[in-house]
Amino acid sequence: MPVVDLAETTKRDLNAQLHALPADTNATHWTVENSEGQHALAVGLDVPITVEINGHAGYYCAGMNKQATVVVDGNVGVGVAENMLSGKVHVKGDASQSAGATAHGGLLVIDGDASARCGISMKGVDIVVKGSIGAMSAFMAQSGNLVVLGDAGDALGDSIYEARLYVRGTVKSLGADCIEKELRDEHKADLRRLLDAAGLDETVSVADFRRYGSARGLYNFHVDNSSAY
Amino acid sequence: MDLENIPQTLPRFSATFDPHTLAEIRRAAATGIYDIRGGGTKRKLPHFDDLLFLGASVSRYPLEGYREKCATDVWLGTRFAKKPIHLKTPVTIAGMSFGALSGAAKEALGRGATIAGTSTTTGDGGMTPEERGQSQTLIYQYLPSRYGMNPDDLRRADAIEVVVGQGAKPGGGGMLLGQKISDRVAMMRNLPKGIDQRSACRHPDWTGPDDLEIKIEELREITDWEKPIYVKVGATRPYYDVALAVKSGADVVVLDGMQGGTAATQDVFIEHVGIPILAAIRPAVKALQDLGMHRKVQLIVSGGIRSGADVAKALALGADAVAIGTAALVALGDNDPAYEEEYRKLGSTAGAYDDWQEGRDPAGITTQDPELAARLDPVQAGRRLANYLSVLTLEAQTIARACGKSHLHNLEPEDLVALTLEASAMAGVPLAGTNWIPGQTF
Repeated sequence: MPVVDLAETTKRDLNAQLHALPADTNATHWTVENSEGQHALAVGLDVPITVEINGHAGYYCAGMNKQATVVVDGNVGVGVAENMLSGKVHVKGDASQSAGATAHGGLLVIDGDASARCGISMKGVDIVVKGSIGAMSAFMAQSGNLVVLGDAGDALGDSIYEARLYVRGTVKSLGADCIEKELRDEHKADLRRLLDAAGLDETVSVADFRRYGSARGLYNFHVDNSSAY
Repeated sequence: MDLENIPQTLPRFSATFDPHTLAEIRRAAATGIYDIRGGGTKRKLPHFDDLLFLGASVSRYPLEGYREKCATDVWLGTRFAKKPIHLKTPVTIAGMSFGALSGAAKEALGRGATIAGTSTTTGDGGMTPEERGQSQTLIYQYLPSRYGMNPDDLRRADAIEVVVGQGAKPGGGGMLLGQKISDRVAMMRNLPKGIDQRSACRHPDWTGPDDLEIKIEELREITDWEKPIYVKVGATRPYYDVALAVKSGADVVVLDGMQGGTAATQDVFIEHVGIPILAAIRPAVKALQDLGMHRKVQLIVSGGIRSGADVAKALALGADAVAIGTAALVALGDNDPAYEEEYRKLGSTAGAYDDWQEGRDPAGITTQDPELAARLDPVQAGRRLANYLSVLTLEAQTIARACGKSHLHNLEPEDLVALTLEASAMAGVPLAGTNWIPGQTF
């Protein structure tokens, strides 16, 4: 299985090699050493391979991912898995701001904490954060699921559309048009699916979560709501 | 004194509280909400009309109009991209979204641009097959909303335009009102049908020039450094914005003046934020020159380009190319007097209709209504646009030859004079008949 040492190979060569792989490649497991927090690692992948990054990654790690599984054994910078379409990104450490921003699909799992704006403008992605998330997370979140085992910061789900938010811990405050909603059986089943996908067993109970979503009060602009913005 | 025949004082409207202003006050008082409309600024501004060319005479000699070549081509994206763009004319089509425009209108823009040998540009809402299919050279906008954004379309594009702002509303996001959200538009944007779709004013995963540099690097990595990366800004502080865009790694900077149009935003925003393109070009060019990047990072300017004279003046001030939006829509058939009766039913008149946000455009261009959209034949409309682009190019050539230039890019500020003090100061060219430029000493 290929091992790419970024102390010897440039990031540009790494990404180019990964982009050049045919859909039926036998080189399905790649290891990246000495990542040293470089930006834009393993971006734009579109093959069903696994890329393990042993170390920290900078901004936009696994950006616009399709099909691939990218595992980071370290922390990641801003915008991990931004605009992901499919596949899976697993961060074993913490994530900086805008994790999973605008992502349309796939699964993003963060073992540690995620900073502000986690899931901003998300468009269908599933995000599971085993720690806590920062302020303004799920801002303008359109669809998909954000699961947080820890706490959420200020203004969770501000101006949210149809995304579903599940938080086990405390929520410091909810943003405009975001409200707590009933956790029905269908949501519990979906939440269980997401927890399973993130490798969490039954010791994490879906009953401990609360669900948040859109009040749909700001979907069409009305002057009487102007003070809400 | 003949008391029965004293001349009466005529009713006099206030210049400050003119009829339009009075009507707006009454409308605001009745509704409690600001006016939203499409298009660009409608106020009179210092513009290219306030500049004139100094044709050749004894001290310069011209080129023969029908014999000697005056080239018009332009390369865009030569700084870093492996595959820079080569266009036959420096007049490009500005970004306009599917959603704001009908699918047929986007197709027509692609058809016209392709016939003319130039590029067209997507907008908020993603890339449509009609547009990609009919556009030989297509620029893919990378916007804060990221509606429909995906790596496949990035790779299908010929260049990527990171949109920071636009001239009609620098610092503002967008709003596509619910009445224009058809099933297809809703699906492309991944939002419920019929709700107002907001486009954010800031990108969700970067803020500031240092982050922008990393974002541009990511886009280059995703596309294997093939595509030119444009950065589009609304004209406000052009010297600094252009310098920062260059520092961030842009191949091309697009600078949009306040005359540039929008699909929908507040009238107060359109009319009171940003600066005219005439005032923006020289500071932008100065930034490029100070960095040693003029002609290496190309500058595209837009906002109120109407004629070949405007094209020639923009290029003479230092731009590499221009972009047209409003004029392109008019060439397709927007505000056509043939629909005057219908414009009147909408409370407007041909030439003034700007309620594009309502989706009831009689010309079938700024709408998602299938019956209205069917009025636009994309083949015929594309032909009209191609004709218009041809005229713009021919007119610019006519002026360039008169100034003795064998390429449009050889036009220079020294070929221009200004008719007004304002234009002289903004464009940095002398007041006609003098060697005086306000604010500059010799």
